[in-house]
Amino acid sequence: MVSKISAFFMRRRNWTIPYALFLAVFVVMPLLLIVFYAFTDADGAFTFANFRKFMVHPEAMNTFVYSIGIAIITTLVCLILGYPAAYILSQERFNTSRTMVVLFILPMWVNILIRTLATVALFDFLNLPLGEGALVFGMVYNFLPFMIYPIYNTLQKMDRNLIEAAQDLGANPFQVFMKTILPLSMPGVMSGIVMVFMPTVSTFAIAELLTMNNIKLFGTTVQENIYNGMWNYGAALSLIMLLLIGVTILFTNDEDNASNEGGGVI
Amino acid sequence: MMTKWMAKGYLWLLLALLYSPILIIMIFSFTEAKVLGNWTGFSTKLYSSLFTGGVQRSLVSALWNTFAIAMIAATVSTLLGSIAAIGIFNLRSRTRQVMNFANAIPMMNADIITGVSLFLLFVSFGVSQGFTTVVLAHITFCTPYVVLSVMPRLKKMNQNVYETALDLGATPFQALRKVILPEIRPGMISGFILAFTLSIDDFAVTIFTIGNEGLETLSTFIYADARKGGLTPELRPLSTIIFVTVLVLLIVINKRAEKSKS
Repeated sequence: MVSKISAFFMRRRNWTIPYALFLAVFVVMPLLLIVFYAFTDADGAFTFANFRKFMVHPEAMNTFVYSIGIAIITTLVCLILGYPAAYILSQERFNTSRTMVVLFILPMWVNILIRTLATVALFDFLNLPLGEGALVFGMVYNFLPFMIYPIYNTLQKMDRNLIEAAQDLGANPFQVFMKTILPLSMPGVMSGIVMVFMPTVSTFAIAELLTMNNIKLFGTTVQENIYNGMWNYGAALSLIMLLLIGVTILFTNDEDNASNEGGGVI
Repeated sequence: MMTKWMAKGYLWLLLALLYSPILIIMIFSFTEAKVLGNWTGFSTKLYSSLFTGGVQRSLVSALWNTFAIAMIAATVSTLLGSIAAIGIFNLRSRTRQVMNFANAIPMMNADIITGVSLFLLFVSFGVSQGFTTVVLAHITFCTPYVVLSVMPRLKKMNQNVYETALDLGATPFQALRKVILPEIRPGMISGFILAFTLSIDDFAVTIFTIGNEGLETLSTFIYADARKGGLTPELRPLSTIIFVTVLVLLIVINKRAEKSKS
């Protein structure tokens, strides 16, 4: 018996088994449960009622559309602000230090609630009203690093020879950027978009803090339903969000794994 | 030259924008005023009351819970993830792809979906939610990052050394301890630190799995506090301390990553 067990563990691929079981129980099954709850009623009978409720319920639908709108605006602002920053950081001729890069990524690791409350504090301090403006500022403030980092990564790994080749062939700086640099950095831009859009569209609690409870986003709708015991409806809303995320990832499929290589966080 | 200054200026402007909120919290952690934005003279009273228990009992216990949860979750994730990485590394390519995909799900998924899905798991099986469920949930979203930190170390090591150790009569356990472990240790440490910070930082998954037995972590405490309208003044020095700690941790990880590259 003992030799059997030891023979089993001799095969190192069998070491995957504990984690495979863990993933099955804590990742795969919970996701299947969302699907199950979404398509059943409180008694466990199959139904489409949860989705019908979402379709005919103007409030949930409006919140959904509004959240996507806010997420798109946030993503655009992050892209417009973040791309130049990533570009400058990646160019050696500006000799920006590595510390600068760390400074840009650092806020990513500060508790999101603290960051949000800091934004509220800033608006209070400057006597600015809390509302839609604060909401977009807070979101941009929270997620800008997620845009800069992947773009910086692809720009940094770009083959310099291609840029020089473009210059040698007579392209002016604007053409070099439009025809060489921008297309080559698209994978980074795409993962930046995913990394900003996804958390923005799915946040909860943050919008309430930034707008004194005046604006509600879809994430909060999901949370409230789960909290109030409407598990089936909440699950259906979660499934809708999951589909939205899935579509976003498919749409920007070029997502590179660059950020995950090398074991370094930064 | 001109463009260089403009470029630098832009970066500093953006950094000022990114850091102004946290700077305001830091500055006002050194004054006693209840309301943020009122400067009533320099004082370290908030810091001392944070440490000497002048602060509400629940903040202290929330801090303790956050730390305990992060410690357990990071330790278990590191063990589970490291063993899994060794296993996945030795899988045939088809199964390896499946495992890599499954491993990526918790990282790609939105926090709120992870939270809702785990909530449904626990309620479906009648598991009462509290400390254990939060730890399990944190292990779920931390382990993938450990796997990804350890994997590059495995790819780098000489594959024959392990086989040699077995040929020379080592048991698989001895070979693991004496051959593989020293090679992957840096990846495990980075993974541990990463898991630890992720756990401390989490709000979305925690709030769905913490139950309603009165257990609080730092995140849920801040959330409850902020919803009540005011913000406990002691949260200012606390945020400052956390910010500086995270800064130091990140510099350590960064230095390690740089060292392992060179």
